[in-house]
Amino acid sequence: MAPHTEQLTRPAVRLRGLTRSFEGRTVLDGIDLDLPEGQFTALLGHSGSGKSTLLRAIAGIDHGVAGSGTLTAPERVSVVFQDSRLLPWRRVLPNVLLGLDGKDAEERGRAALAEVGLGGRERAWPSELSGGEQQRAALARSLVREPELLLADEPFGALDALTRIKMHALLRQLWERHRPSVLLVTHDVDEAIVLADRVLVLEDGRIALDLTIDRDGPHAHGEYRTRLLKALGVSEDAP
Amino acid sequence: MTTTTTTTTETTATAPAPPAVDGAHQVRRRRRLSPGERLPATRITGPLLVLALWAAASAAGQLDPGAVPAPWTVVETGIRLWTEGTLTDDVLTSLQRAGAGFAIGLTAGIVLALAAGLSRVGEALIDGSVQLNRAVPTLGLIPLFILWLGIGETFKIAIIAIVVYIPIYLNTHAALSGIDHRFVELAEVQGLSRSAFVRQVVVPGALPGFFVGLRLGVTGSWLGLVVLEQINATSGLGYMMFQAQNYGQTDVILVGLVVYGLFGLVSDTAVRAIERRVLSWRRTLSS
Repeated sequence: MAPHTEQLTRPAVRLRGLTRSFEGRTVLDGIDLDLPEGQFTALLGHSGSGKSTLLRAIAGIDHGVAGSGTLTAPERVSVVFQDSRLLPWRRVLPNVLLGLDGKDAEERGRAALAEVGLGGRERAWPSELSGGEQQRAALARSLVREPELLLADEPFGALDALTRIKMHALLRQLWERHRPSVLLVTHDVDEAIVLADRVLVLEDGRIALDLTIDRDGPHAHGEYRTRLLKALGVSEDAP
Repeated sequence: MTTTTTTTTETTATAPAPPAVDGAHQVRRRRRLSPGERLPATRITGPLLVLALWAAASAAGQLDPGAVPAPWTVVETGIRLWTEGTLTDDVLTSLQRAGAGFAIGLTAGIVLALAAGLSRVGEALIDGSVQLNRAVPTLGLIPLFILWLGIGETFKIAIIAIVVYIPIYLNTHAALSGIDHRFVELAEVQGLSRSAFVRQVVVPGALPGFFVGLRLGVTGSWLGLVVLEQINATSGLGYMMFQAQNYGQTDVILVGLVVYGLFGLVSDTAVRAIERRVLSWRRTLSS
């Protein structure tokens, strides 16, 4: 057998034959997937297509779910959820520092808050922040741990349209600065194209489409959009 | 353009309707259905009125002093009992009983709730037993406890401790098992150790429930105290009132009730103050 050519970038996440099922219903059906280091990947799919199950499997928080296959992921993984999940009894800075210790932790927490535009709000209670600010704080909490892999489960799903646009710019900017591998789960086709370099479509527990977004190329947003919507089985024309 | 000038002047039925500007109606404020603004010192007004009526009726000789002594008689009796030292002794005895029982009940309630809430083995061993214990009215245990522990202080403290631990256990345990699963997941993702998880997520999350139990426990300790002292005691506030009943001293009974009332009021205020401090993060939600 001929030796494999060494990949230039080794994968941060490697899935082989990943299967997960709930009560006999197969949700993930033997998924093979490599996420290269530093790549921004979006995972699209209908609700119930298994995209959250995949993310939770990679995060290692799918306790009690039956399944098989192999999965490797980096040591430092951060997760951003759809809700900010700030502990209501802790002020913003202690929330960002949750699970982090060390002498310079507080300093790093302040820096992370400043980076997401929340400098000066360290002593605020989570309930005093707007929805967008809460999600910024959640981003700071995941960044402060300097993750090699950032998993985001519909992180902007609960935000209003204008706030979402701002958060898109912020996330992309943070990714360019820190370069973690990102897996963004979303059901928003436009969000996926705007943010990611690669878009996967999950259908019936399998990867139905693996699309590379050429950000500098001549391809138009609309072209990607049409292909992705087709893979999702959605028609743009009104019935 | 519509005019949205509000009018607050009273219009009589015969007054002509205000002229419409450009065919638009002038807006008149709707009749208010809510009770409106709060009166000052609302909480004290009712009790003061009752006190005034009581004093007036006594002064007018409308009340039988043997059944309802005048307010000043009650005050005089209170001062006399206090300076003689009998009231002081009785109050201290009662406070010691309630305090000891409360402290034991509080500790037991917290320890058992943590053990049952944090481990499945603990839950299996403890929760069912406490639920059974709760089904038996604690004051019904008095005869059994007298036979077991004698009629001294130990049995009284034991009964008060049981009255206190049950609501504290129930509410704390319910709060512990009701901790939002999303926060548990977050703690896992953030790599918290088990002890950090308990300290930073479980305990603060269960505190609101604990305080509900604590307030019920405080009330319960006074209730237990009153019952115990009036049926099987030879000292304490309840005993003083029981003796007064035998001698027909209504004023002494009223002094006892006032002291019980003060106990309840002071302890409840103290618990509320602690709760406000500890749960200060909640104020931002309710305000």
